[in-house]
Amino acid sequence: MSVTTAPELHWSKTRREPGWLTKFFDNKAVLVVACLLPAFGLLGVFLTYPLGLGIYMAFTDTTIGRSGVWVGLENFEYLFTDPIFWNAVFFSVFYTGIATIGKFGLGLWLALLLNQHMPFKSLIRAIILLPWIVPTVLSAIAFWWIYDPQFSIISYVFVDVLGWRETNINFLGSEWPARFSLIVANVWRGIPFVAISLLAGLQTISPSLYEAALLDGATAWQRFRFITFPMLLPILAIVMTFSIIFTFTDFQLVYAITRGGPVNSTHLLATLAFQRGIPGGQLGEGAAIAVSMIPFLVFATLFSYFALARRKWQQGEGND
Amino acid sequence: MASNASTAAPETMQWDSRARRMVMLWIPLCCFLLILLFPFYWMTVTAFKPDAELYDFGTHNPFWITSPTLQHIRKLLFETSYPQWLWTTMGVAVGATCLSLFASTLAAYAIQRLRFRGSQYVGLAIYLAYLVPPSILFIPLATMVVQLGLFDSPMALILVYPTFLVPFCTWLLIGYFKSIPYELEECALIDGATRLQILRRITLPLAVPGLISAGIFSFTLSWNEFIYALAFIQSSENKTVPVAILTELVTGDVYQWGALMAGSLLGSLPVAIFYSFFVDYYVSSLTGAVKE
Repeated sequence: MSVTTAPELHWSKTRREPGWLTKFFDNKAVLVVACLLPAFGLLGVFLTYPLGLGIYMAFTDTTIGRSGVWVGLENFEYLFTDPIFWNAVFFSVFYTGIATIGKFGLGLWLALLLNQHMPFKSLIRAIILLPWIVPTVLSAIAFWWIYDPQFSIISYVFVDVLGWRETNINFLGSEWPARFSLIVANVWRGIPFVAISLLAGLQTISPSLYEAALLDGATAWQRFRFITFPMLLPILAIVMTFSIIFTFTDFQLVYAITRGGPVNSTHLLATLAFQRGIPGGQLGEGAAIAVSMIPFLVFATLFSYFALARRKWQQGEGND
Repeated sequence: MASNASTAAPETMQWDSRARRMVMLWIPLCCFLLILLFPFYWMTVTAFKPDAELYDFGTHNPFWITSPTLQHIRKLLFETSYPQWLWTTMGVAVGATCLSLFASTLAAYAIQRLRFRGSQYVGLAIYLAYLVPPSILFIPLATMVVQLGLFDSPMALILVYPTFLVPFCTWLLIGYFKSIPYELEECALIDGATRLQILRRITLPLAVPGLISAGIFSFTLSWNEFIYALAFIQSSENKTVPVAILTELVTGDVYQWGALMAGSLLGSLPVAIFYSFFVDYYVSSLTGAVKE
């Protein structure tokens, strides 16, 4: 009996009048502002403001311990005559280009492999993400050790096991080998993210499309070219935008493995900005180098958005 | 058409044959796994090798350890301030994660559920914030941190990390909130619940898996962060693990590879363990976030 009466009692009781604070927070406009305030406060103070400050600092001669004065384009004029800066621009573009091609080629291949039926699929998927989970700097240190001039395991395999070479490979000692060693490390780290993201895209493609194509006699290549690839484009565009932006502005890998050496040949814009800005103390010049990344980033974003993501609007899913 | 159909049928048969599957699937997959995991294997092997084996490939097979040792790990734990660095990193990661989860849950709720005018643009603005990389921000942020008197304090990192955590978590949680039926909230509204009650009693409990995955992402991202920690922290005891290994353990011209690898291994373990517990949340939310 008590079980049945209890809700009735509760029902007949008049609802407690909410306090003014509750009412105040039930106002939709107040609630919207209150909910957005923490996020926008944090992002405004620590993201938007420093972005503006950084652009301003690029036009001043600020050094550590001294707030600078406006010098106009002087920092940029100086940088444009600096071969190290141009070298960093070249290497940033080269690094991003080659690493993106490598990451997406291999990542797409891995995603296609993982999309097939196989035992232990979820375990394999979990293992594959490991390079992406582990702190970049720590895996970069492992690569640094793998690229050691004297005790490199790769040299050991080539010289002592396979006997293809006489001498150890000097990975980081000269310009081009160092550049390619960094690109390989970056591709290694980037493959898992690309593969898992594209795998998610692959799994959304309806199998009936493939069945229809098979009935029409499409070859494996045609199925990839005319079904998989177009259906994958929207996700490819998003993942590629992210990948390009974060590869172009990469810092950790290069700082950990070469620190820009040998003779500044592997400086990316980010590492050069750091070197000039923080240990070098030339904050204005560092900010100018950092700011000169912005046009590349805007271009890359717009390119991947308009070149690749247009497909999404054509499919009529543009409003999310 | 008939000839096309006849060529397609044997091909599917072929695809299922074992040899072809071996060549097309298992061999490439094993190569991928081998290459992706080799650096970790190498890290582990190096961390437990005595120095004598480490620098002598002639008499010892470098791929294996003949007499494993804990000397590198002991050196790391008792002769450096490695435990201190681990604590600092843990504190910073937990602090930044809590702060960004709080901010992004509220923001995602407002954008996805309160449906005010222009909420799409607010969502877009937060998405764009994610595209601003730390490499552009660290110099102005360093001057700000000095002006705020937070230089060399882990507090600076806790406050700054949300700049890349909040956009990501908000994005992820918007997607998650979208999957919770709106009807549940409507019912609660009709029953006279206030919006805050709805958030606390209905939406948040249902969004727990989303919150967990956002939390794991934030934790791993803050554990891995490097450039801010490198620029804002100077004294040895306040450094985070990635920065400390690179700046404190790399001394002089002779690198202590054993200790470096032990440090990298120990520094990777917390995120790897954390990840292994929640791997399903992680993978599903990663793929979910991309699908959005």
